[in-house]
Amino acid sequence: MNQIRSSRTSKRPLEVDHKSQTDLSAWRKRERTDPEKSSQNHQSLGGQKNDINQKNDVSGKNDSQEVSLEKALSYFEKVQGRVSLRNNSALQKHLAAVESIALQQGLPPEAFEILLNVVLSGKFADTVNTRLLKSLIPASVIPENSVVTAVSWLCTNKSSGSIQLLFLRWLITVFDFIDNKEQVNALYGFFFSFLQDEKLCPYICHVLYLLTRKENVKPFRVRRLLDLQAKMGMQPHLQALLSLYKLFCPELVTITLPTKTKTYFKSSEGPWKAAMNAVRQRNQGGTPLTQAVFLGTAQPQSRKRKWNTQLVLPASSASNSEVGTEKYCDLFSTDETFPVEQLQTFPQLLQNIHHLEFPSQMGSVLTNPLLLHYMNCVRDESIYLRLYYWMGQMLQEECTWCVVDNTNETEFKSFLETIYKAECFLQEGFPACEEFLCKSLPLWDGSCCRPEILKLVSWIPLSSSPEIKSYVYGPLAQLFFTSSLYFKCSVLESLKELLENWLNCSVNDMDPEFHSLNTTLSGLVNMVTDLIHFVGRLSTVGLRLEKNSTLLLFFILDFYETVCDMYLKYNLPLLILPPAGVFYPALLSMDSVTLNQLCYIMYRYRTNLVAAKENEESKKKILQFKFSNETYKEYNQYITAMVGCLWTSTVFQKDTHPQGLRMDEELLNKTLVKDFKTSFNIVYHPAMLGYSVNFLKEICPEDTTLNFKLIKGKRWDWYLEYLYSQGLEGLKVFIESSINRVSQASRREAENVEA
Amino acid sequence: MAAGARPARAGADGRRVRTAAAAMAAMAVESAEDGAARTLPSLGRLSRGLPFGRAYGRLGNSPSGRLILPAPLSQESGDPQRTALLLRKAWTLYSVTPLYRFCRGRLRDYARLLGAFIAAERQKGLAVEVGVELDIKVALSSLPELLGSEQDQPAVLVQLSSRSQASSKNSEDKILWSGCFCCVYGDDLSENMPEDFTCLPLFLANGAESYMSVVGNWFQKTFDCIFRRLAISPFSLTWMVAMWTGCKVDKATSAVELVFSVPRLPQPLDISYAIHPEDAKALWDTIQKTPGEITQEEVDVFMDCLYSHFHRHFKIHLSATKLVKVSTAIASAHCDGIVKVLHSQYLSGVLMLLTELAISQIQ
Repeated sequence: MNQIRSSRTSKRPLEVDHKSQTDLSAWRKRERTDPEKSSQNHQSLGGQKNDINQKNDVSGKNDSQEVSLEKALSYFEKVQGRVSLRNNSALQKHLAAVESIALQQGLPPEAFEILLNVVLSGKFADTVNTRLLKSLIPASVIPENSVVTAVSWLCTNKSSGSIQLLFLRWLITVFDFIDNKEQVNALYGFFFSFLQDEKLCPYICHVLYLLTRKENVKPFRVRRLLDLQAKMGMQPHLQALLSLYKLFCPELVTITLPTKTKTYFKSSEGPWKAAMNAVRQRNQGGTPLTQAVFLGTAQPQSRKRKWNTQLVLPASSASNSEVGTEKYCDLFSTDETFPVEQLQTFPQLLQNIHHLEFPSQMGSVLTNPLLLHYMNCVRDESIYLRLYYWMGQMLQEECTWCVVDNTNETEFKSFLETIYKAECFLQEGFPACEEFLCKSLPLWDGSCCRPEILKLVSWIPLSSSPEIKSYVYGPLAQLFFTSSLYFKCSVLESLKELLENWLNCSVNDMDPEFHSLNTTLSGLVNMVTDLIHFVGRLSTVGLRLEKNSTLLLFFILDFYETVCDMYLKYNLPLLILPPAGVFYPALLSMDSVTLNQLCYIMYRYRTNLVAAKENEESKKKILQFKFSNETYKEYNQYITAMVGCLWTSTVFQKDTHPQGLRMDEELLNKTLVKDFKTSFNIVYHPAMLGYSVNFLKEICPEDTTLNFKLIKGKRWDWYLEYLYSQGLEGLKVFIESSINRVSQASRREAENVEA
Repeated sequence: MAAGARPARAGADGRRVRTAAAAMAAMAVESAEDGAARTLPSLGRLSRGLPFGRAYGRLGNSPSGRLILPAPLSQESGDPQRTALLLRKAWTLYSVTPLYRFCRGRLRDYARLLGAFIAAERQKGLAVEVGVELDIKVALSSLPELLGSEQDQPAVLVQLSSRSQASSKNSEDKILWSGCFCCVYGDDLSENMPEDFTCLPLFLANGAESYMSVVGNWFQKTFDCIFRRLAISPFSLTWMVAMWTGCKVDKATSAVELVFSVPRLPQPLDISYAIHPEDAKALWDTIQKTPGEITQEEVDVFMDCLYSHFHRHFKIHLSATKLVKVSTAIASAHCDGIVKVLHSQYLSGVLMLLTELAISQIQ
């Protein structure tokens, strides 16, 4: 008998859907007893009045919004004597305030005692009481005391029958929100005495059903119930209570009850259920599922699911650990473990972190930020293994393009989104997710769940094997080449995030404390190199396909903004310059934003290379890796082209890059362009022409011929200042670092870098 | 995932199946020899393909190309009555991820809890007492006869039976549903598995789906595992038919039958192709070279021969249809993942092959 333990709650894990008792009340809707009707009449009456009031209040609506909850509560606390709603603007105002706040945020625990006092003491008319009762929507919990007070008011019979009935319905609906039930249970006898009230009887039975513990079952109560049954006939609510009594004390209830059970209590979610869910969702913000999942108030899945796949799992304590876990007993947890269902706040987590156990199904941690925190602290292989198997199977089972008859895309999408959020939270990718991508990307059409899939790509772990090339890069490249510009941009964006995640992870990994087993520096460098070269190829081809689209260039250069800083920012001995297919389209872009971005990137390359050179020369530490001369050479070729293009107007003569702009003079003459020599510098560059025109208009407004040759000498300096003031920060840092204002010195500078 | 979901891995898959096939053939060899001598099948020299399985969490192939030496097939030594209940029933196949904190010493407790869970599920939200007499009796028991290698966990049998209302003492309860967790040569999975996990990757179920869902749900919640239906690809079916055709059975038995379905027709059209078992075996014996080893090529040749024979008579290319079911004297298998084993001697062999399929679905 020990395992029965005293309370019904201990049985709850046995129920399949973890239906909480609040859900039980969902069966009472179809009840058509008289009290119900009358109360509904009341409600609808109240509702109408409500509407009228609101119409009357339209002008005063702003007023009511401004009344704070504190003020409203203190009003209700102090209000004396019978007050009518009509012609009482203060009451109207405060009532509206409570209603709107309750519906939006729910009410704080301290509000319940005050409002229940008012409602059940009969100070107001029933319309007001009904409205107040309807707004009793908990934001977090309901203090036990307020319920005890309410029950004592109930005994005084000051409120009308319909309000009493509505209160009981409210109590049933919010039962699971009451923070503690010891004292409420102590009132068992009071509740029981209400059974004689014919109208309240079904609801009282339901309350008792929720409250009953083994010690509450007494012979006199059994007799009383049997008497009632004899008087009223076989009522389902009485049967429910009797069968519960029989379960606890079979020796006391000797009558046979029908074994075929139907629903005992009919659904009556009342006006609260929907509002409570809405409040819950709103308060949770980004993670609407969490709380609902905690309290078991989540809406049942609309689609009838296959039994073995549940994408959102409720966090429930490991029932497995309850009985005889000697084998798995932890040295530290001699006292009992803290049930995860009760874990709701961060301080709770901190207080109980030493005797907290992961839920019975690891999948439930995904929607639970607190458990994710805990997961971050506990480095236990079995946690990851459990999650790995669960997630791997779920992804395969639910993948909409791998499983033929699976069409529920929205559900799968939100599942992927959940995984992504958890990955961001933990700052690491799940291996199961990586495997799923490797298996499913080759079959992906590139449109189904696109944002979610691409986000998940950004969390492929760094430690993945070289297979990533064929399983991820291959399919992605195919889709990239054949899809729209926007797809291309989003692929590049997620690859940039992938690179950043790898680099961040490498910083942690190289930290000896977190030294991971198989990420050697050379392995890391190879992985990163492969990725950057892959993006380089994508970019080169993509730019051709999209005719050097500015949007695409922006995303490409955004990627290289991370690449150019790898040495200094992430301490990675690797710098890879963009391919010529990216560099030249950017350099010759018609768009100043692109040119400015390129200037900034080249400035960062320079800073990184100079720092590397200095390190190398100081030779303080033995360098495992150093940049090859090729890198320096390539950089110098690019920088020569840039300086020629933006400053010295020598791009056609000096660009030595094999894919560069160098052209023979004869050929240039054939173009019949006059002054081709000067046609590329910060004045004439197509991306800058707009600025130079505006600048000319400003310095000599009278001259309408636009004589660009005027920009020289001192005016050249003014022009530069003008450009800087227009927000071309990248250009500024580039010119200030890479161009020595005395032209000879600039050559020296270039040589410096070359050396 | 659908069968086509891993095109790049078909080769690896094939190799895996091959190992099972080899063991199967080896068993056939053994059965041909003197059973009393119980000589070890000489699997040691068989080349074992790279396992498809990887260390969890990595896509990298863990190079563990070692050879497996199976223990003597324990079903012969154990109580044949116990494993006999697996025979001649249509079993629906599931793969199950490793069970977390499954404790073999507590089967009795588990049966009690599962019984209460089933009762609670049937009563929809009404409180249920753990441990009282319920109208459905649950029994969990070990089947130590059913395992392959030393690392394998013994099978676990789950049986639901209805308590006869009239006389509770009557031991002849009617079995409503039964299920069996097993693992025969599941070393790919059980290797390096932490202690807290129990690998029983293959689950067989017989009985109403509604019971399956309740029992499966309970196991999923209690041991943090996942059940998934295990479909058998046409590719695997060709392996099965080749292997089982080559097995020797004492008495002349039923025909080797293959059922094909023709895709993309307004009405479903199934083609059944039955071959006399001795003819099929004669064909297989001419194709198969090394005793105890089967290769992909041999299976392909075998199927091609059958296809071309069929084409000669009916002018239908069976290779363009989908193989949905194979049945032989040893066992029959449907692509939906339903298997019936007919011959007790080959039970382990069939389960070994199915274990491999289950593991490849899990990893």
